[in-house]
Amino acid sequence: MSKKKSANRYFLQGNEAVVEGALTAGCTFFAGYPITPASEISEILSERLPQVGGTFIQMEDEIASMGAIIGASLAGAKSMTATSGPGFSLMQENLGFACIAEVPCVIVNVMRGGPSTGLPTNPAQGDVMQARWGTHGDHPIVVLATSTVQDSFELTIKAFNFAEKYRTPVVLLSDEVVAHTRETVELPPREEIHIIDRIAPSMPPEWYIPFEDNSRGVPPMAAFGDGYRYHVTGLVHDVRGFPTQRPDEIEAFMKRLFRKITQGFNEIQMTKDFMIDDAKVAVIAYGSVARSAKRAVLDARDRGVKAGLLQLVTLFPFPRMKVEEVLRQCRAVLVPELNMGQISREVSRVNQGKCQVRKLNRLDGGLITPEQIMYELLKI
Amino acid sequence: MQRFINLSEEMRKGPDLVTPGLLSCQGCGTALAMKLALKGLGERTVVVIPACCWSIIIGTYPHSTLNVPVVHVPFETAAVAASGVRAGLDVRGEEDVTVMAWAGDGGTFDIGLQSLSGAAERNEDILYVCYDNEAYMNTGIQRSSATPVGAWTTTTPGGSLKQEPKKDMEGIMLAHGIPYVATASVAYPDDFFEKFKKAKGIKGTRFIHILSPCPPGWRIDSAKSIQVTRMATQCCIFPLYEVEAGITRVTVRPEEVIPVSRYLRSQGRFREMGEDTMELVQVLTEQRWNSLLERETSTK
Repeated sequence: MSKKKSANRYFLQGNEAVVEGALTAGCTFFAGYPITPASEISEILSERLPQVGGTFIQMEDEIASMGAIIGASLAGAKSMTATSGPGFSLMQENLGFACIAEVPCVIVNVMRGGPSTGLPTNPAQGDVMQARWGTHGDHPIVVLATSTVQDSFELTIKAFNFAEKYRTPVVLLSDEVVAHTRETVELPPREEIHIIDRIAPSMPPEWYIPFEDNSRGVPPMAAFGDGYRYHVTGLVHDVRGFPTQRPDEIEAFMKRLFRKITQGFNEIQMTKDFMIDDAKVAVIAYGSVARSAKRAVLDARDRGVKAGLLQLVTLFPFPRMKVEEVLRQCRAVLVPELNMGQISREVSRVNQGKCQVRKLNRLDGGLITPEQIMYELLKI
Repeated sequence: MQRFINLSEEMRKGPDLVTPGLLSCQGCGTALAMKLALKGLGERTVVVIPACCWSIIIGTYPHSTLNVPVVHVPFETAAVAASGVRAGLDVRGEEDVTVMAWAGDGGTFDIGLQSLSGAAERNEDILYVCYDNEAYMNTGIQRSSATPVGAWTTTTPGGSLKQEPKKDMEGIMLAHGIPYVATASVAYPDDFFEKFKKAKGIKGTRFIHILSPCPPGWRIDSAKSIQVTRMATQCCIFPLYEVEAGITRVTVRPEEVIPVSRYLRSQGRFREMGEDTMELVQVLTEQRWNSLLERETSTK
């Protein structure tokens, strides 16, 4: 951390804030592979993790990174990896494994232009649907999007908390702009931060049924080495963790995977709003674009347009309830994105004709400016 | 100290397929390496580059480019993409074209090892070149499995310098039983050129490992990059040899073997390396050099 101003104020880069968030959340294991624009997270953790008794490993590729954090998590460590587009693609198979085996872990994807090598040093939001559906098979997943350095700190903690609470991988989407912007952040005192740890089994090992359903849908998780011997597999499994072909067991298992996230919708689906109460037109934005949108809303109000902003902090599970409220209230919404409209399609999907949904897309490697958004707001 | 190198007539007259204006750093070894390699291979060459410094060095048109076809592929696929290009050329009967995969140490020792091993096992008819600057220099000097023991990088920072010795890449490639394995250094251009010329004429998987200095990553003065690289061969840390059809031949024999400490102390990345590690490196280097000489004698 650099340039300490007062007790809790720091001047940090988005990637540094992710590191601070991870360490605050109790991350003790990180496996990563160099990639622009996420490398700083690895570099800083290679220094910081050993200082707190944790382990940093630089892996031979991103398949290995994802495999290692799953292993570490099963052995009881809170674990994380960080990457960008091409690396995120390589992680997809193991990401699905973390879903089915219910292994808590955090994956930070600092988005850059794509596809393929794309634009390594430019921001983009092209990985939104990949974060949701990149791994094969039907599955629920939690995807968060950070828009400021402060967010990067807080959402990294949230990501760990959700991962631990719901036994699920959590993807934190950052982008090149958020990652490399330096701004002042306030890190609250440790005791004020709510940290969640996975629930360990309270029964003796011989009574432990590792994947048994309960009211939360999240079975307690024993760490390997704690005396609870159990089987973890990427095959669909029964409550004891062994592969099953029985339709009744398969369906119960799959439904529980979805249910555990659905039951947490109230907590998981996070949004922020800005001047939305009396808004007649609204911007629905996320990530670095939400920063431009905030400015655009103020400028539009100066010109007499009753504009507001709904910022999606959680992208998936899609915060449908909040979006529907805005759609009911406004005559038009604008969804600016650094892709061809991945979230605007989600917005349209829940819109059901309530309101006019407009897109604003930019793919040239630049950030959507407040002027671009304001101009669109004045038009609708 | 030898200050000037007399380049062979043939090499000087060879085609220069690298146009001026490369985006490499000052003193970059791999920019020179490509120039020398293409002189040896000629115009009928296809270059396959994965993510690495060269994907940047190659520049933006029209400032610089190579005067041969280039395909820049995902990080882990240099060897297999090259195999595919070869197969396509074969289908069309274009047998005189050399397909060269040109990857950094990260793309060879780490992420690309699986595909390289696959290609070597099938003895694909490609020339695979690893230009080894001993870390992920393009993303900002992170360690790779080619980084030497005791080196500083941004992911092996002060206090936790790299603990593990460099991976024996030639050993791995030799274990695949491929027809040609060689090391080359930009500090010995004649030897470098001869090896590429020879590799061009061999069928099957050929592997050339180039030591390529990186002034920002090695923490050296860019004017001294060739001098430092030459020391790597003089102290036997990076011996120059080739293994052709199982027969080992040392191609450059240092006139006077210098201690490894002279090579290591000339670079900022080894500044924090302790005397213990340095002695260990000296011992390991001598062992490897001696076993190389033994192998040379026994396979004669």
